[in-house]
Amino acid sequence: MALAQAKPAPLAARIEGLSVPAGAGWAAAARADALARLEAMGLPGRRDEYWRFTAPDVLNAPEPARAAVLDTGDEEPIFDAVDRLKVVFVDGVFDAEASDTLEMAGLEIERLGDALARDITWARDLYGVLEARGQDPVKRPHAALNTAFATDGVAIRATGRAEKPVSLIYLHESDSSDAILHHLVRVEEGAELTLLESGPAAARFNKAMEVDVAAGGAFHHVRAQGRDHERRAITHAFARVGRGALYKSFTLTANGALTRNEHVVEIAGDEASAHVAGAALGDGHSGPFHHDDTVFITHDAVACESRQVFKKVLRNGAEGVFQGKILVKPGAQKTDGYQLSQALLLDEDSSFQAKPELEIYADDVQCSHGSTTGAIDETALFYLRSRGVPTAEATDLLVLAFVAEAIDEIADETLREEVMSRLTAWLERRRRG
Amino acid sequence: MLDIRNLHVKLEEEDKAILKGVDLSVGAGEVHAIMGPNGSGKSTLSYVLSGREGYEVTDGSATLDGADLLDMEPEERAAAGLFLAFQYPVEIPGVGNMTFLRTALNAQRRARGEDEISAGDFLKLVREKAKALKIDAEMLKRPVNVGFSGGEKKRNEILQMAMLEPKMCILDETDSGLDVDAMKLVADGVNALRDAGRGFLVITHYQRLLDHIRPDVVHIMAAGRIVKTGGPDLALEVEQNGYAAFEGEVA
Ligand SMILES: Nc1ncnc2c1ncn2[C@@H]1O[C@H](COP(=O)(O)OP(=O)(O)OP(=O)(O)O)[C@@H](O)[C@H]1O
Ligand SMILES: [Mg+2]
Repeated sequence: MALAQAKPAPLAARIEGLSVPAGAGWAAAARADALARLEAMGLPGRRDEYWRFTAPDVLNAPEPARAAVLDTGDEEPIFDAVDRLKVVFVDGVFDAEASDTLEMAGLEIERLGDALARDITWARDLYGVLEARGQDPVKRPHAALNTAFATDGVAIRATGRAEKPVSLIYLHESDSSDAILHHLVRVEEGAELTLLESGPAAARFNKAMEVDVAAGGAFHHVRAQGRDHERRAITHAFARVGRGALYKSFTLTANGALTRNEHVVEIAGDEASAHVAGAALGDGHSGPFHHDDTVFITHDAVACESRQVFKKVLRNGAEGVFQGKILVKPGAQKTDGYQLSQALLLDEDSSFQAKPELEIYADDVQCSHGSTTGAIDETALFYLRSRGVPTAEATDLLVLAFVAEAIDEIADETLREEVMSRLTAWLERRRRG
Repeated sequence: MLDIRNLHVKLEEEDKAILKGVDLSVGAGEVHAIMGPNGSGKSTLSYVLSGREGYEVTDGSATLDGADLLDMEPEERAAAGLFLAFQYPVEIPGVGNMTFLRTALNAQRRARGEDEISAGDFLKLVREKAKALKIDAEMLKRPVNVGFSGGEKKRNEILQMAMLEPKMCILDETDSGLDVDAMKLVADGVNALRDAGRGFLVITHYQRLLDHIRPDVVHIMAAGRIVKTGGPDLALEVEQNGYAAFEGEVA
């Protein structure tokens, strides 16, 4: 084979157009370390254990595939009814004009670039640190790529009880945008923060978030990924949860050609609690839909609790993936670990792949996991229809019932209702066809 | 109102005939009881009338006020005024009883070209009907039939009937599992609708219910056919002598 030259190194091509943003010396070092990590790992391939169900090609490609911007008509954006501090990014670039002033009682917030330009101890202790820890034992190359090249983001330090949620709004305006955002969150002892995220962000979106919750702190995260059909996203959340602290994250995903959401949580302090949940709705009728939740929760302290609740509703060839692991380290006694991943397939064209894992090195532990794939309960459907509810509406009722357990993971009632109303609207649109 | 003629039904999946020529007519304001041995086809008749899948009608007809029931979807039959109180009410985890009732009521109203009921009017209505059946508010909040006792499930069926005010009600062993007081409440509910000109087909194994709901006609079903039709006394006869005397008539 005359042209059997070495395959073009995919990593070199992927990062060729990227440059490492300027920053303080420590930030530059953190980014250089991340780049070295990335180069050592290379980009993910189909043979990698955690990429068997999801093709990384479009994430690895030098250029993003085009993604049309969805016209959402006169629909009110999610969380609009919520009193919040708005931080707007357009195709991955902070938009000061559209954002609120970055000021709020109970927290410090600034752009990532500003935080990385100065000598801020907490930021230095966090940037790339949790990401690097999260590379072992499972490689996450796109997260290292993110740390090395992220162009924007926010750094939030909650020092008290934040008076309202911080809401990151990701607008998508260009059909070829390629955005890399990185957020830092430090919740100090006893402090409390709610972080909202919404919007499609870009044609291709790589987002990483490092969250450090100190003793007794509470972090609530509610995210609605944008509905643009062709958007592609890989996101990572790396969390460390301290003694008696609470970490709670929920993600709603409806549409999107490709979504890979990774969650890496280290429960580091005794009596801490971490919940990660998601509801994903995909309809292949409006274009390809592939949604992958990959979760890794490590228990490294005593008397901690973790919960994973993931629900997927798939139709017309939509694909769902769940890879979830609970690792209980030696000494992490009295661990209470729960993992549930369920898919509701509304037809035979759709598919769900699950890889639930438990790895336990302590003996006084309670861990359970369950993964199911099912269809609509015909008996329940007939019961509803016999009361006059048409098939489509009855199906939607059963769909809502199915995802309820994931939605219930949202602690705040207003936010829960906000998410519920989006879900209902999504189902109604599909019903009208 | 309900006219069933020569109805033959087999299982869709296998060649097993279950109903072998059922003839039955229920007029407005009438209560007909069907009794018959286990496995004779009573529930099958109720399912076929309400449109459950898995059965194939090989001959005959069933109409409600002249409209062909067998040609309609289950939800259309409901909107046309047919109601089945299930022998085994279905549990639906995650769907609240109130949501269920409101969705059903509004779906039927829409199908009939009526306006949806307002949230306030619905609440008032449901409270009033639930009170009459001694169903407490807590039960209304729970998911449909989940964790309900056998008798509570049956009362919940009657609550649905009272809310939806169907023209033609089929009660499949609604009395089984009800305590004496609950049976009286259910009978009161039935009698109220009966006075309003609704028709009833009451499937039961026991004479007891028929003390409270005095049937106009009693049918005995055996091996997929109505083998005997008579007045209320027929039920007493069954109670005393069992079905042996009727089963001979099948041949
Ligand atoms: N889906 C089905 N598959 C197999 N057999 C069926 C099915 N439906 C009904 N049958 C059979 O048809 C016959 C009639 O059943 P059906 O439930 O109608 O009886 P029934 O008169 O209501 O009895 P019971 O008094 O015990 O409630 C039974 O032999 C039953 O096993
Ligand atoms: Mg029966």
